[in-house]
Amino acid sequence: MKENLYNYILGIADNSLILGQRMGELCGHGPSLETDIACTNISLDLLGQVRSYFQYAAKIAGDDRTEDDIAMLRKERDYKNVLLVEQPNLNFAHTIARQFLFDVYHLAFLAELQKSTDLTLSAIANKCIKEVSYHERFSSDWVKRLGDGTSESKEKIQEAINDLWTYTDELFHQTKADKAMVLESVGVDVTKLKDDYYKRVKDLLEEATLKIPDSKWFQKGGKEGIHTEHLGYLLTDLQYMQRTYPNMEW
Amino acid sequence: MSKKNWPLWEIFVRSKNGLEHRHFGSLHAADAEMALENARDVYTRRNEGVSIWVTESKHITASNPENNGELFEPAQDKVYRHPTFYDLPDEVKHM
Amino acid sequence: MSKEQIKNLETQFEARISRDEKIEPKDWMPEKYRKTHIRQMSQHAHSEIVGMLPESNWITRAPSLRRKVALLAKVQDEAGHGLYLYSATETLGISREELYNQLHTGTAKYSSIFNYPTVTWADMGAIGWLVDGAAIINQVPLCNTSYGPYARAMVRVCKEESFHQRQGYEIMMKLANGTMEQKDLAQDALNRWWWPSLMMLGPTDAESIHTEQSMKWKLKRKSNDDLRQQFIDQTVPQAELIGLKIPDPDLKWNDERGSYDYGKINWDEFWQVVKGHGPCNKERMRARVGAWEEGEWVRDAAMAYAEKKQERKEKQVV
Repeated sequence: MKENLYNYILGIADNSLILGQRMGELCGHGPSLETDIACTNISLDLLGQVRSYFQYAAKIAGDDRTEDDIAMLRKERDYKNVLLVEQPNLNFAHTIARQFLFDVYHLAFLAELQKSTDLTLSAIANKCIKEVSYHERFSSDWVKRLGDGTSESKEKIQEAINDLWTYTDELFHQTKADKAMVLESVGVDVTKLKDDYYKRVKDLLEEATLKIPDSKWFQKGGKEGIHTEHLGYLLTDLQYMQRTYPNMEW
Repeated sequence: MSKKNWPLWEIFVRSKNGLEHRHFGSLHAADAEMALENARDVYTRRNEGVSIWVTESKHITASNPENNGELFEPAQDKVYRHPTFYDLPDEVKHM
Repeated sequence: MSKEQIKNLETQFEARISRDEKIEPKDWMPEKYRKTHIRQMSQHAHSEIVGMLPESNWITRAPSLRRKVALLAKVQDEAGHGLYLYSATETLGISREELYNQLHTGTAKYSSIFNYPTVTWADMGAIGWLVDGAAIINQVPLCNTSYGPYARAMVRVCKEESFHQRQGYEIMMKLANGTMEQKDLAQDALNRWWWPSLMMLGPTDAESIHTEQSMKWKLKRKSNDDLRQQFIDQTVPQAELIGLKIPDPDLKWNDERGSYDYGKINWDEFWQVVKGHGPCNKERMRARVGAWEEGEWVRDAAMAYAEKKQERKEKQVV
């Protein structure tokens, strides 16, 4: 099996999987019916992407493992998502901040992945980028609304941005699989996305009349499978049925 | 702090192969951008190549239906009954 | 306006309906028509959004990615249905806020079925198959109802609803044809959702006060008992097809009637649940009230932002 390619795909897909799972938790609890539908839409888009990625990964694995095995039967140290996406839905400000900080990266990432020499990956990127550009528009609009809304909303979104800022740098770390795939012109060199990312984020935060956090210390580890305490609990939901009723079809 | 409710917007959608925009329904949004985003999410879920028009319901002037001259002011009529127009009688509160 | 004039208008109004003409928001209508429609349409809308809760309960725990996205899409549809129905209700001159207030204070009702808990994954199948099945029976006739906005909302709802029932039945079918454990899951869910689904079609007609007027206004085509019989007759074969047993020892095919005889419904339970004493009434309300109240700062922020933008635009023009 092409191990680097397999791990590379999981690294991409796990972000969408965990973020999709988080957004799915909001269903029925949004601040308005319309927002509820919008957040569920994002979850649906992300999980749809995950299925495309994992189905491809299963093919590469070449055994009888399925998209569900990959999604739901790994151990906690084998999930490669960044720490940002596993942060909990504390309140709507946190949800929007997390979404925004990821979307800016995700959109830029997919724009590059479209150029991959791996035709399946570039096709997936091609399809996903339309959805993700909508996500980015949605989340950045809401950062503006909350930042330049009421004093209460400004306080909440500022706090959320401050809290989550420490997870942004990890987006631009490279794993062994990342580096190998870049060499083969299959993968995206995420280190090159960093400057534009912070520029876009800072511009938008300013437009939203928010302060840019000045912390210089960043968390990391998700891409190496060392997660925050949140992931364990998230996985108990995600994996429950597959673990409790093993080897069955649904 | 003024507590205002999100105004009501009317949504018109033209599908990819359609010739004109059709009225799809209404929804609440704080401003036009949100109305467009909400309309996309609610009325055109995952449909590509559609065109969406949104306008606040209060900006629509409707022609008068024929049979009710007695009860409504002529001309310049709005599409919906306004919530403030009626004092909800007690009966509505009891099911 | 004189009593005679009103009588005149009422006669013309009823004549329009019997000619199958649609009544639109700004048409003259008897006050009773307006109030009845607000009651029924808002109850329908409330049911859709409260109905999101028992099902969204299993989104994070769906057993496969395919089931997860299908369930998400279904619940999202229900939010959309709630939206269509609230919007249609608002055309009668009541605000969204007032409608939510009625729901949150318990003044307005929603379908009692959603006060039952979803305890296993199989409940997702049972709800789609039985609850949506019963809902469809109620809803299809409403596509021809007299009030225009309601009819149009229902056409849209019905189009999307058929996918819901198929999805639920498919879940049950897969379970019933699976391992012993899965089959047990399916049978258990059917056992728990069967009777509440029968009750969902409404109290027996002797106890239903709204029937006659509703029929005239095309809010109702058949009586509750007739709809219930229709539901049973169509569902029993569906259960037999996948090897599941309806939990009714008195269920028996009656050749003479060409229908199934069935056991007595526990109407006590129904009225208790309607009054607020079902297993999940409090949780459902807590969730809805919570979401609305916790969302207030968000909605306020959006309005404040919109107003600021508008002010800036106006200043620029000046």
